[in-house]
Amino acid sequence: MNNALIIGQYVPGDSLVHRLDPRTKITIIFFFVFIVFLANNVASYGILTVFALASMFTSKVPIRFIIKGLTPVWFLIIFTFILHLFVTREGTVIAEFWIFKIYSGGLIQGIAISFRFFLLILVTSLLTLTTTPIEITDAIEDMLHPLKRFKFPVHELALMMSISLRFIPTLLQETDKISRAQASRGVDFKTGPVKERIKAIVPLLVPLFVSAFKRAEELAMAMEARGYQGGEGRTKLRELKIERRDIFIFILFAFVIAGLFMARTYS
Amino acid sequence: MRKKLVEFRNVSFRYGDEGPWVLKNCSFEIYENEWVAIIGHNGSGKSTIAKLLNGLLFPQEGEIIIDGKQVNEASIWSIRKEVGMVFQNPDNQFVGATVQDDVAFGMENRGVPRDEMKKRITETLSAVRMQDYRLIEPHRLSGGQKQRVAIASVLAISPKVLILDEATAMLDPSGRKEIMDTVGSIQHLNGLSLITITHDLQEVVQADRVIVMNSGEIWKEALPREIFREKDALRKIGLDVPFVAILADELKQAGVNLQAAPLNHEELLEDLWTLHSKT
Amino acid sequence: MDITFKNVTYIYQQNTPFAHKAIEDLSFHVESGSILAVIGHTGSGKSTLIQHLNGLSVPTEGEVSIGEYRLSKDHKLKDMKELRSRVGVVFQYPEHQLFEETVAKDIAFGPQNFDVPESEINRRIKEIIPAVGLPESILERSPFDLSGGQMRRVAIAGVLAVKPDVLVLDEPTAGLDPRGQKEIMDMFYKLHKEQGLTTVLVTHSMEDALKYADRILILNKGTKFMEGTPEEVFEQKEALQSVQLDVPESVQFLSKFEKRFGHAIPFQKQSVEEIAQTIQQIIKGAESR
Repeated sequence: MNNALIIGQYVPGDSLVHRLDPRTKITIIFFFVFIVFLANNVASYGILTVFALASMFTSKVPIRFIIKGLTPVWFLIIFTFILHLFVTREGTVIAEFWIFKIYSGGLIQGIAISFRFFLLILVTSLLTLTTTPIEITDAIEDMLHPLKRFKFPVHELALMMSISLRFIPTLLQETDKISRAQASRGVDFKTGPVKERIKAIVPLLVPLFVSAFKRAEELAMAMEARGYQGGEGRTKLRELKIERRDIFIFILFAFVIAGLFMARTYS
Repeated sequence: MRKKLVEFRNVSFRYGDEGPWVLKNCSFEIYENEWVAIIGHNGSGKSTIAKLLNGLLFPQEGEIIIDGKQVNEASIWSIRKEVGMVFQNPDNQFVGATVQDDVAFGMENRGVPRDEMKKRITETLSAVRMQDYRLIEPHRLSGGQKQRVAIASVLAISPKVLILDEATAMLDPSGRKEIMDTVGSIQHLNGLSLITITHDLQEVVQADRVIVMNSGEIWKEALPREIFREKDALRKIGLDVPFVAILADELKQAGVNLQAAPLNHEELLEDLWTLHSKT
Repeated sequence: MDITFKNVTYIYQQNTPFAHKAIEDLSFHVESGSILAVIGHTGSGKSTLIQHLNGLSVPTEGEVSIGEYRLSKDHKLKDMKELRSRVGVVFQYPEHQLFEETVAKDIAFGPQNFDVPESEINRRIKEIIPAVGLPESILERSPFDLSGGQMRRVAIAGVLAVKPDVLVLDEPTAGLDPRGQKEIMDMFYKLHKEQGLTTVLVTHSMEDALKYADRILILNKGTKFMEGTPEEVFEQKEALQSVQLDVPESVQFLSKFEKRFGHAIPFQKQSVEEIAQTIQQIIKGAESR
């Protein structure tokens, strides 16, 4: 049963992509999001595709996990395609039926835009597939560090995130337990009119809140007993370290960007 | 002379100014390298003692001295360094994302350098035999394993006093045994004094001394063996009487002339054997 | 109501990479009006077994029958509610299921879901409150203002108010102090006898199994490891220890006694007093020799 409770979609592994510093991955994705929109011809798309596919294969994440990750967005990708296909009125008419005219420009636009979308999702989902939530938290804490000067509670935010992550499986188990108990008392969560089903949530939510508050209180006490007094003067066990491989990847990525600009200009 | 580590001087406590007294005029002392069990029914005030010991609560009357320092607002952070605590619910005290993060939490709070942390994580996880679980997330651990990690987390800050506040109450028998074995094996580590709070008389057998609480007062302070003799009185204050004590009592009534109050099966059998072979 | 498990197998998340067998080929029978104690470690399949008793889970293979209700892969009940009104389940830490504003409303919640008329519900509440050892003054209070022990009793009252024929108890005394444990178990035993219930008690306590159960079922890794009367089961000390389960203390003592004195005292569920007398005779026997 516990297996169903794996948080996020992290797929354990030991590939180069897994071992990269999470900050490296986040930074590269950040820039990738921008440069995807700079692609304007087959060559430039080609470069981005090679980069995305290379990352995917290096990560050794089984294809089915990636496809599973894409399922919720297939609809969006197809919708974007169709929208562009029908709305764009450039180039020559290549097909015509009823009131619709499909232009060659529309077809190209549709393919290009939805392909951009696909690349974006592929690369971002690689982040969550190869990085544990706690690593992402660490990276965010570190990258937001400069905001501390403006009294932004960076440490508190990161602690909140990591405690939330820690308690997700616990609360899921609890939800499961309470819904079973209430079902045994005759609550029907699955059938009946919508109004009844909404009403059925109350006996589930109230106990969940009560227990979450109790947990929070006990956890706060346990943290205090263990000497927690805020971020001041704290050391950290988890340490992010930029290694040679991170630098290598940055250089490689710089070439990708350079290649992209060349492809834009010279073709 | 043994060093006095904990002292309660006429301590009384209640929640708010109007509430009933949860603790009434309690005084006791606990020494270095000593294992004291505090036992009592639910609501007898035993857990309040634990919270007073490391400044999670403060008494209205009396004073609490830990290793020569009085517990008050000003001293709590240094007191908490010396008094470590393991609570009842294994889930609600696990802070870290993995076992090693949880052990590190207390050390991080105290600014322990990274290399030192790593060393102590290895040491304390071995002491509770959880060294193979360093990178495991809490939801993959059993209750007993989580409590062992909690013990390791406390040991990592090398406290002088370790309190287990009903740390076994939510565990199954095998989890309970895990914890009692662990506690038995770490007890003589660096002269730690150990306070176990429980309502299970089986768990006081190994202690050096027992404090029995009843309705906020110290009902009795004695050796486990002496406590076991008070069969009827124990029942009256809502505690269970161990099988050995009941059997010894029945044997006496059946006319078997037992010498002492036995603490476990082996002692009783030994006693019976002596009687048996004398004749 | 009779309960029968016939070759029941249950697979969690079947057809996914996470599929695993929680129960495998499990068969047993609980006679109407008796108490079955189910014992096993965490992960032995106890919770899955409980979920089959009121249709929270349906067997992947095999068949479960509870009275006239039958549950199998091919035979799903149209009205699960009816079964659930006849089988009351007290889950572990049942106080976690409380949610209403007042104790009375919370107790009434179950019966209301099963369409028991309001006047009948009120009558039942009056009857149940003293039976679970609570004062009537508690009815209008919020369940969240009560002590842990009282909350548990309120939750139990909420299950009993449905008037089930089968009572399923999942470690009903967990977390209580010795007095509370004894009071709760004695209360269930009394109800069981008075109302002719069929009771399934899931427990870690060998002492309770010995004291209250007519039969004992030992689960290990999802399969039946042993089944029989307390005397039959606890006789097999070595087998139980091979799956890290203990026998009751009296049985432990008798076996140690046998080792030391070379004189067997067979375990027949005798009282401590009877054990003491037997021992006394053995020792006296030695004197007269």
